[in-house]
Amino acid sequence: MSFNIDFLAWRKLALIVSSIFLVVSISSLLIKGLNWGLDFTGGTLVELSYPNGAEIDSIRDTLRSEGFEGAQVANFGSNKEVLIKLPGTISDSLGSEIISLLKKQNLNEDIDLRRIEYVGPQIGSELRDDGGTAMLIALAFMMLYIAFRFQSRFAGAAVIALMHDVIIVVGIFSLLQIDSDLTGLAALLAVIGYSLNDTIVVSDRIRENIRAMDTEDVNEIINTSLNQTLGRTLVTSLTTLLVLFSLYLLGGELIKNFALALIFGVIVGTYSSIYIASNALIMMGLSKDHLKEEEPENSDNNLP
Amino acid sequence: MKRYGLWKYILILLVLSFGVIYSLPNLYSPDPAVQVSYNSSSQSADVNLQNRIQSVLDSDSLLSKIELNDDYVLIRLESYEEQLKAKDLLSSGLGSDVIIALNLAQTTPDWLSDIGGEPMKLGLDLRGGVHFLMQVDTEAAIKNRQNGTLQDIRRRLREEKIRYTNAYIDEDLSIVLSFNDETNTTTADSFIDDNYPQFAGSPQPNSNNSIKLVLAEEEVDQIESDAIDQNLTTLRNRVNELGVSEPIVQRQGKKRIVVQLPGIQDTAEAKKILGKTATLEFHLEAQLDTPRSRKTSYPFKGNRGAPAFLQDALILSGDQVATAQASFDENGFPQVNITLDGEGGSRMHRATRGNIGKRLGVLFVEQKTRTVYQRGADGNQVPTQETYEVKEIISLATIRAALGTSFRITGLDSPSESSELALLLRAGALAAPMRFVEERTVGPSLGADNIQAGIFSMELGMALVLLFILFYYRVFGVAASLALSFNIVLLVAIMSILSATLTLPGIAGIVLTVGMAVDANVLIFSRIREELKRGRKPLDAIDAGYNKAFLTIWDANVTTLIVAVILLSYGSGPIKGFAITLSIGIITSMFTAIMGTRAFVNLIYGSKKDLTRLSI
Repeated sequence: MSFNIDFLAWRKLALIVSSIFLVVSISSLLIKGLNWGLDFTGGTLVELSYPNGAEIDSIRDTLRSEGFEGAQVANFGSNKEVLIKLPGTISDSLGSEIISLLKKQNLNEDIDLRRIEYVGPQIGSELRDDGGTAMLIALAFMMLYIAFRFQSRFAGAAVIALMHDVIIVVGIFSLLQIDSDLTGLAALLAVIGYSLNDTIVVSDRIRENIRAMDTEDVNEIINTSLNQTLGRTLVTSLTTLLVLFSLYLLGGELIKNFALALIFGVIVGTYSSIYIASNALIMMGLSKDHLKEEEPENSDNNLP
Repeated sequence: MKRYGLWKYILILLVLSFGVIYSLPNLYSPDPAVQVSYNSSSQSADVNLQNRIQSVLDSDSLLSKIELNDDYVLIRLESYEEQLKAKDLLSSGLGSDVIIALNLAQTTPDWLSDIGGEPMKLGLDLRGGVHFLMQVDTEAAIKNRQNGTLQDIRRRLREEKIRYTNAYIDEDLSIVLSFNDETNTTTADSFIDDNYPQFAGSPQPNSNNSIKLVLAEEEVDQIESDAIDQNLTTLRNRVNELGVSEPIVQRQGKKRIVVQLPGIQDTAEAKKILGKTATLEFHLEAQLDTPRSRKTSYPFKGNRGAPAFLQDALILSGDQVATAQASFDENGFPQVNITLDGEGGSRMHRATRGNIGKRLGVLFVEQKTRTVYQRGADGNQVPTQETYEVKEIISLATIRAALGTSFRITGLDSPSESSELALLLRAGALAAPMRFVEERTVGPSLGADNIQAGIFSMELGMALVLLFILFYYRVFGVAASLALSFNIVLLVAIMSILSATLTLPGIAGIVLTVGMAVDANVLIFSRIREELKRGRKPLDAIDAGYNKAFLTIWDANVTTLIVAVILLSYGSGPIKGFAITLSIGIITSMFTAIMGTRAFVNLIYGSKKDLTRLSI
């Protein structure tokens, strides 16, 4: 594949598109907020399987009449599986109570226990803090590494691209009201890793071309680099999306949200490494001089 | 083109054979099995037990293979139905002196296990089971210790004829003693200073003739870690009594204990046994002339009698019980037969010898949890869990003769209560109450579904990626496909050797690695195509492609590895499972995608000096 697309001609449009995405994401976060999962709110979750199909309404009525006021009852995956959530509860025995209650109601049916989860309030807030810390530390270390390997402007551009991706993916979590739990956090961090991966490949090529090309026009250098890496960017995104779709379709209910978040993340990450990171480099005024003074690395001497 | 040194081929072959050998054990699916051991931990499994099992199973002609191990007898069965059938047969056919647990027995051939080959461990989300996180209420242990010290101080002060007006434990768990004049205060002060080194600094008398005794920090730490150690031991005993194979009972952080019980289905029962802090205390009944400060009134359990006063002095507690068995008395009421250890026996003898005709009270002591609402910092009512102690009399019987090491306890409500009490006495008491702060239970059907879904999605994802790169890169695609398969084999081998646990998010990590591992090859191959287009000769293009792509691949993988390692150290549960396969996958993929494919490409094209085109 060989491309000769004038990416930078589309710069303004890309900025507008990204701004719209960011505004939509942030407004959704402000208005709808995130659908915090049990890991962070604390509470009780029970998943049951009714071999002959579950009647959500009657389960809801039963629970309500027995005093489980805040119970959220919904199908999970198929109409046989039921997910009952009691966010914010602090007793560790509610799960067993609900199960014995529902079993009593359906004596002639063999209800199968799929899963019980209970997260105490203290654990919930700890997991929240640890998750936040992990994300910040990961970001900080990656910035340091890029600043060390490339140049501070590249690190700055990578941060901007990452922020862009994280805000949009979190915005999608909010728009679609996907459960934001530990698995969601892992997905978000995987998106960060992936998006950074893309940004580095592009930055690497820009650095190489700044040294190799005769022109002083940074825009032209960036455009050439984007065209040279486009084939790779598309192929890698495609193979990653192939496995993500197979996870989404076949990986089971617990993995579905994880795969969905990553699918959006890969798409956004691919887009941002082409437009956002390079745009940021131009805006921060990258010039040939920034890299010329450094000792040129002769990459031909690096053995694989 | 650069020649590829022989040593590189040898290295690749070595790594490949290492990968194949150590991933092999995962292909042998485990046998459903039942394991039987004696419930007294001092007795190891013997031929006698094996014969008893044999005769029980022979009666129903179940196809099985019986093996005698150090601690248990293992019975391998053909199917999961037969496994359950065998368990039921053995439960009714063997006596009550054994513990029977369901297990999955490995079928790794001997030659593999001899060189350390083991299959990967499966996480609870894949095999079903419970994960509990329990918080130890160490404050209760400190209070308990202070209580004992307080009793001791009172007694010693009386012996020393130092008169005190009040002695109690304050809210901050310090001991406060007050006196009516300065002389007594200073005498007591120096007496305590000399005899009780566990208090911080030297206790300073207050202006109002009272002394405040605060435990030293090292002492608090010691009590806390002792309490957690004892709780760990007790929990291990209780878990063994539950009959679980391969349980995990581990300390986590400062005050928490993780318990993982694979295969357990009745979580309510497991929780009841694990969290229970029931124990017994033996006190003499208070006499009319016992001063009020040295006796307490307790209700009867189940209101079977009027509340009675017992002396505060403790004869002995559940700690001194050596064994306990539930049984029935001659009238068919549940009872527990107790045998005390040597020290307990002599204490009991001493206490009862001089008190024949008086009554001995047995207190059932239990820690329970309740929810209380406290005003939080923001002024809202915040619910918190609090433990409290319930002490009830279960029997108050006249002492007819001096008791020794063996006796029985009656007054229990039901056979299940007596067997539970016997179990708890056998397993030992918890030094401090615990509450469940996290529970994750996965039913067996969900576990099986998760495995199936995980493997299925991995196969499909892998197949799609392989098809795509074969179609897109042809001969080079073959190299990349081989490298990718090799990568999975290596990843599984390393997971097995580290005995890392494979979880559902872990499988997602592997699938993601498959997608991303291709990236390295895509980078290299697109470089080669570019170089060819620039008019380089094929072999030079290959060289240049690998060399130029290397740094990019390195940078990209190192940054992803940074994310993975941080996830590994900060994450918990699902995050950890994902991070471990991702980190191993990144490392193995660097090796296979760069060295592996290069070796293959060199084998195909390396000797063709006059090559004019590449199949890429």
